[in-house]
Amino acid sequence: MAVETSQDGPAATRGRDFEAEPVVIEARGVSKSFRLSVNKINSLKELVTTFSQSDYKELRALRDVSFDVHRGEFFGIVGRNGSGKSTLLKVLASIYAADAGTVRMAGRLAPFIELGVGFNPELTARENVELNGVMMGLERREARGRLGAVLEFAELEEFVDMKLKNYSSGMLVRLAFSVMIQSDAEILLIDEVLAVGDAAFQQKCADVFHEMRDSERTVILVTHDMGAVEHYCHRAMLLHDGEVKAIGDPGEVARKYLRLNFESAPSSGDDSLGEVADVVVEDAWLEDDAGERVTNLEKGKDLHFCAELEAKRDVEGPTFGFTFANPDGVEVTGFGVPLGDLPERVTAGQKLQIRTRIENRLAPGRYVVRCWIHRHRNISDIVLYSPHVLDFVVFGKDEPGVAFFEHEVRFDVKNGGEK
Amino acid sequence: MSAETQTPAALELREVRGPSATGGGRRRFFDLLWLISATEFKKSFHGTAFGYLWSLVRPLMLFAVLLVVFTRIFRFDVPNYPVLLLFNLVVFGLFQEGTGAAVSSVLAQEGIVRKTQFPRLVIPLSSVMVALFTMALNLIAVFIFILAYGVEPTWTWLLLPVILLLVFVLTCAVSLLLSALNVRFRDVAIIWTVAATVLLYATPIIYPIDFLEPSFLKDVLLANPLTLIFEQARAWIIDPTAPSAVSVAGGWLNMLPAAAIYVVTCILGVWVFNREAPKIAERL
Repeated sequence: MAVETSQDGPAATRGRDFEAEPVVIEARGVSKSFRLSVNKINSLKELVTTFSQSDYKELRALRDVSFDVHRGEFFGIVGRNGSGKSTLLKVLASIYAADAGTVRMAGRLAPFIELGVGFNPELTARENVELNGVMMGLERREARGRLGAVLEFAELEEFVDMKLKNYSSGMLVRLAFSVMIQSDAEILLIDEVLAVGDAAFQQKCADVFHEMRDSERTVILVTHDMGAVEHYCHRAMLLHDGEVKAIGDPGEVARKYLRLNFESAPSSGDDSLGEVADVVVEDAWLEDDAGERVTNLEKGKDLHFCAELEAKRDVEGPTFGFTFANPDGVEVTGFGVPLGDLPERVTAGQKLQIRTRIENRLAPGRYVVRCWIHRHRNISDIVLYSPHVLDFVVFGKDEPGVAFFEHEVRFDVKNGGEK
Repeated sequence: MSAETQTPAALELREVRGPSATGGGRRRFFDLLWLISATEFKKSFHGTAFGYLWSLVRPLMLFAVLLVVFTRIFRFDVPNYPVLLLFNLVVFGLFQEGTGAAVSSVLAQEGIVRKTQFPRLVIPLSSVMVALFTMALNLIAVFIFILAYGVEPTWTWLLLPVILLLVFVLTCAVSLLLSALNVRFRDVAIIWTVAATVLLYATPIIYPIDFLEPSFLKDVLLANPLTLIFEQARAWIIDPTAPSAVSVAGGWLNMLPAAAIYVVTCILGVWVFNREAPKIAERL
């Protein structure tokens, strides 16, 4: 597939022309393969006994990847699991060495790709902040000087001499994020940062990300949250099987990603069943009440889930089911196309459209839509199972539980008793 | 690195060379090495009632047992034998504990290796540094014992750093070799626990080398670089009448095998670690 590039679009309309900014990350023809031995040799005995057979599977994680990132850009890298995006990030961060190609960079790079890596639970916040600062390339004195600002942002001043193992996970994430923000690294590499922390912290992340987007800092964000890509990124790049499929406007890249997902979902063995793609999900999206496509949804607002399917072959007695699963994998709710509306058969080439309005009681968080299609009206006769036709975020004030219900609470203190 | 230099002119693209043993600048390397070693060392005393005393207990217990065995049962007739034994055990502790901790250090720091750009060399070296700090503290106690035992201080005591440096460098080299190999073959760590015990007896720690008649076994022991180092230490520190390393070996020429093994081990350790360093993250 040819690489489609679109340099303008919303990136330009967001008020900053990055073409004029100097290039701070330049990747040219970066390739990386992993040799996976079929039986991984982990001991000397295995080495001796399997010496003669060299059962290697070559996994080409990156193939000839080239791109530029300009100063101040918020650059997204998207792709399915195994598309090579994390490998690319690790090559950029000097964690992996590329087999071929060059990466050139200008400016100081934060050497972390995940929050809180390098924290030592046995040490206090004070010691950890110093250690982390030194990892970032600061002098020890500078690193200690940064302590106040880091703790202030994290709102953890009182816990400066507490060992991290006694921190709650929320406090840890706050500290880690704060260390990253307060470092004066000019280039940040972030792998799925939005997936960490509770809803309140995600909100704080979002604020900081918005700030960073408008700052001089260059950020590379690897994610499969298309909402985040469209929200924050000035430009995005789509990787598929280690190849660059598209670079340009984040909205467009996000749509290509989704399309790519559906194309390969039924046939690729990694996360789907259906051996024969008799029916494929062409497109799936959410709409708000006004009929606009959205990727995020406010808590309590009705869910309009829409999908377009195409039959590739004739299917007798099809049934269609969709479920919404939260990050824990719990299917919170779901729906099926009512029996009365189901056709006796669909024939090859027929397009089907599903539009819904669902009362939204989902607790804030990320949800994945799964899809099942059966035939012969028999739920054990699966035509298609796609575990990920769409993901979206419900945002709003966090509540306990997986769903929320309108409630009225009365609270009285009854006087009396012993007096 | 200061904020004032962030003009566009300063934005010069530099090639990213990927992970390496020392990547990320020399100052960062030494800062990290010092910080991690010091915090690890402090950590080993935290949360225990007697703190530092515990690091003394291990060599002292071994010392007490061996002392009873070799003065009451086997009745060694070696001048200043108790303090010789104590000194040898503590200095050998640097080698044994340093390499023992280093061999699995890279695996243990998996998170840092896989998720950060980190000079890989810091990881095994900091294990050796912790052993070095422990030994330095223990040596203070050892010298109090030596003086209390009645050994006369001589000017050759000033040569102690030479001995320690020789042991330290060898410890580092072996640590690099083992920690890099252990990423590939996980049983290196297991093999090493056995090998280190063998080395304790294949080095004149609990006996002086002159107990042995010239034989093939003695030649093997003399090819062990640690043998000559410890024999020289005995002459310099504990017993001025003891033969020097040269006379133990029987001439300069006979020191060549040990010297060659020492140098080859050092080169091999650095070479293997350097070669493996860029690939460590992928192999974990």
